[in-house]
Amino acid sequence: MAVGMLFGLTGAIQYLVPDFIKQYLSFEKVRPLHVSSVVFWIIFAAIGSVLTYLQQYSGKKIFSPLLLKIQFAIFFITVVAIIVSYFFGIFGGREYWEFHPLLAMPLAVGWILFIINFLTSLGSFKNLPVYVWMWLTGLFFFLFTFIESYLWLIPYFRSNVVNDMTVQWKSYGSMVGSWNMLIYGSSIFLMEKISGSKKYSHAPIAFVLYFTGLFNLMFNWGHHIYTVPTYPFVKHISYAVSMTELFILGRIIWQWKSSVSTARKHYHQTAYRFLIAADIWIFLTLILAIAMSIPAINVYTHGTHITVAHTMGATIGINSFILLAIAFDILKDSCMPFEKSIKWVNRGFYTANLSLLFFWISLIIAGVLKAKWQMHDEAIPFSTMMLQLRPYFIIFFLSGILLITGFYLILFPLLRNQLICQYKKFFIKYEEKRSVFAME
Amino acid sequence: MDKNWQKLIILFLLVVGFLSYSFFLYTSLPVKNIAIKKEMDEGKMVWQQYNCNACHQVYGLGGYLGPDLTNVYSKRGPAFIQAFLKTGTGAMPQFHLSEEETNSLLSYLKDIDASGKSDPKTFTLNYNGTIHQK
Repeated sequence: MAVGMLFGLTGAIQYLVPDFIKQYLSFEKVRPLHVSSVVFWIIFAAIGSVLTYLQQYSGKKIFSPLLLKIQFAIFFITVVAIIVSYFFGIFGGREYWEFHPLLAMPLAVGWILFIINFLTSLGSFKNLPVYVWMWLTGLFFFLFTFIESYLWLIPYFRSNVVNDMTVQWKSYGSMVGSWNMLIYGSSIFLMEKISGSKKYSHAPIAFVLYFTGLFNLMFNWGHHIYTVPTYPFVKHISYAVSMTELFILGRIIWQWKSSVSTARKHYHQTAYRFLIAADIWIFLTLILAIAMSIPAINVYTHGTHITVAHTMGATIGINSFILLAIAFDILKDSCMPFEKSIKWVNRGFYTANLSLLFFWISLIIAGVLKAKWQMHDEAIPFSTMMLQLRPYFIIFFLSGILLITGFYLILFPLLRNQLICQYKKFFIKYEEKRSVFAME
Repeated sequence: MDKNWQKLIILFLLVVGFLSYSFFLYTSLPVKNIAIKKEMDEGKMVWQQYNCNACHQVYGLGGYLGPDLTNVYSKRGPAFIQAFLKTGTGAMPQFHLSEEETNSLLSYLKDIDASGKSDPKTFTLNYNGTIHQK
């Protein structure tokens, strides 16, 4: 995440100064470097959250630490290979998975190991809480959609751009839903841990919301391709299914008052504070997502920075804040307490949220202006339109710097704790081995 | 009925629906009877190898630093595209494509162009929120 944000900043500079370090790192390299880094942060942090909370849920250690180490090694080596390949301009994949298709294989293998370890560590399948249902859904659907996103390797699927894009966005739409299942499931586990009540995860409303989410994961992906000349029923199904999200939105509004009073009770806890921030971003992002799922609105927003605003709201405002909440929860009992750095974490928290709001709004305004250009100003060339958006790209860039600063303030104590605690652990083990050896 | 069974039945129905939908789409792709053109297919690989999608869009999907290229072939013509590929722009590097790569890419863009129109102005909005293309 820390590295991915720097690539994002480089990309934002290139929006303002197009030839900035173009000879070394042009935009077609910077964009995948940024996207892949942050996507891997989301996916790997989600895996870590699931595996840690799974042990807390079952009360048992993970079934195979060796399998886990192999999984980690595979992911680590593959991600390094992907990042290095981007630097050298070696691509071959498609948007979001731009790396060479061969590198997708170890990722799939690593995921299968994750599934095996999860299933063998879970224990009983009876009366499972909703978050375990969500984890299981995320596990299997991610694998399915990841493989599906590589169907283009078969000439039959890529023979025509419309066919290719239909299958591509079918897989991508559902894949995002899959990792969201892992993250939201962990956030429910964390919320119950903080509140000390296990009622919600077995309540009917939790399952109603889960099935609404699953229904959307499976069938609402068509809203990405409303303007692609694919089957009309794909678009109609997606439109109808996406509107069921109004139920989720309605529930958030309905629960607003009780959410505020619960927030007051737990606000002093760092992890809970991040969950509250994520809740607010869910509300804002959901309104935008529902609006964009209406084809008559989507025709304006599609292909504009409004889509980027939606993605940023979802990946930073929702996913990253939930994952940071989980990180603070998991690491709060590590060898180093956070008390000393909490002041800086709070400053980072407010800086990140406020700057994200400006970041988000600047993208929406840039998107509205581009939509106006797409619909009405045919005579104005693309480059002139981009120049007109420049003031908003400047706000986007400046708020981006603040956003990164905020996140670094949050990340620093987390990374420091991890490094120091891991080092101490390693050192203790080394000392133990040394003393055994000396005694012998 | 036991509540777990109710959940499992809902899950089963959803999964069956999803798999049937997927199977239907795989076996009846929207555009049928496509003979794979070698040059077009190679052009797609060039598009991916140089990661053109990082800056350009097809049907509004892709990066936003450069323009949408869905209908660039019919709007601007192959000579215009070739000129850009040769010289690059402020943001776009000179990729030094071989003649073969350039021709394949042009063939791919021609194929995309023939598949439909991406211009949002070509859509009519209906009162129920749906759209249709003129």
